[in-house]
Amino acid sequence: MLRFLKRWFRRLFAKQDVKLGLYGPPNSGKTTLANRICKDWLGEELGKVSKMAHETREIQMKESVTIKSKDGRELQFNLVDTPGIATKVDYEEFLKAGMPEKKAKKRAKEATKGVIDSIKWLDDMDAVVVVLDATTDPYSQVNITIIGNLQAREIPVTIAANKVDLRKANMKKIQAAFPQYNIVGISAKYGKNINNFYEEVFDLIGA
Amino acid sequence: MGYHEIEKLSSLGRIRKLLNLAKDNKIILLQGRLRPDEEKELIKATMEEINKEFKGIELAVIDPRDRVKDGLQKFKYDMMGLVLGMQTGITIIGSANVVKKIKRDPSKIELLTKDVKKKKKK
Repeated sequence: MLRFLKRWFRRLFAKQDVKLGLYGPPNSGKTTLANRICKDWLGEELGKVSKMAHETREIQMKESVTIKSKDGRELQFNLVDTPGIATKVDYEEFLKAGMPEKKAKKRAKEATKGVIDSIKWLDDMDAVVVVLDATTDPYSQVNITIIGNLQAREIPVTIAANKVDLRKANMKKIQAAFPQYNIVGISAKYGKNINNFYEEVFDLIGA
Repeated sequence: MGYHEIEKLSSLGRIRKLLNLAKDNKIILLQGRLRPDEEKELIKATMEEINKEFKGIELAVIDPRDRVKDGLQKFKYDMMGLVLGMQTGITIIGSANVVKKIKRDPSKIELLTKDVKKKKKK
């Protein structure tokens, strides 16, 4: 009943340009998920992905993404893919990955700016999907800080535990870390459980 | 560090004090925690100051209120929060130059440090 009322109120006061943000630490698969959403509903990808952290260093937005639910409802939003939020950026890590020094320093500088931009945009979001890597430790302070800020601003949030196709993925650990949130396990790369994710987005935005 | 040392400072003052200590390669063990918006601003301020010498920070907070969903325990912690404000929990902040990693498990913290002197000798 409470869920129905919430949804009814949100629909009643629905904004025209809903911004759905993808937030999370670096390399959790935010751009892979953004690409999956854009490919599924627009037929084109949004950004480049790589195994190296901080591949996305600028906010990327795809306007007017329309998704459909199983029961025929439609939902339109502007999808915002953000650079991963981190508390440290070390250009030596990029050097270790084989990048030339000049390029590594440039990447580190762009990465710090990317984190600042992500933080600046956080309050402008209407709803957020926090994308976590299900194979890594969910108790990172960055995750807690992002979610804590969204909670304080009453911005609806759901958690997508990505990379569940990998053997190391541990959904139970993520559920234990964030017991008060809806968590949907997905593989953005292979599309596993992606329909459940879309249903979760409907619930999140309240369409 | 007791929370009273930063309690009377503005948000910006708190962030500056903690960040300056971290930049001095000190590991700060703070009684209590920053507000979520202050934590966010701390990360932002850290990013603004990253350079060749300063790589950023490692940050971890243990607060029992984060892990309680509902029920009597949540009520108990909410009451505790009303009385103590941001003084519940523990915050650890350290420069990424000296702190390699902070592992949470989830109610205990393991801090792995780097050997800075050894690195300097090289």
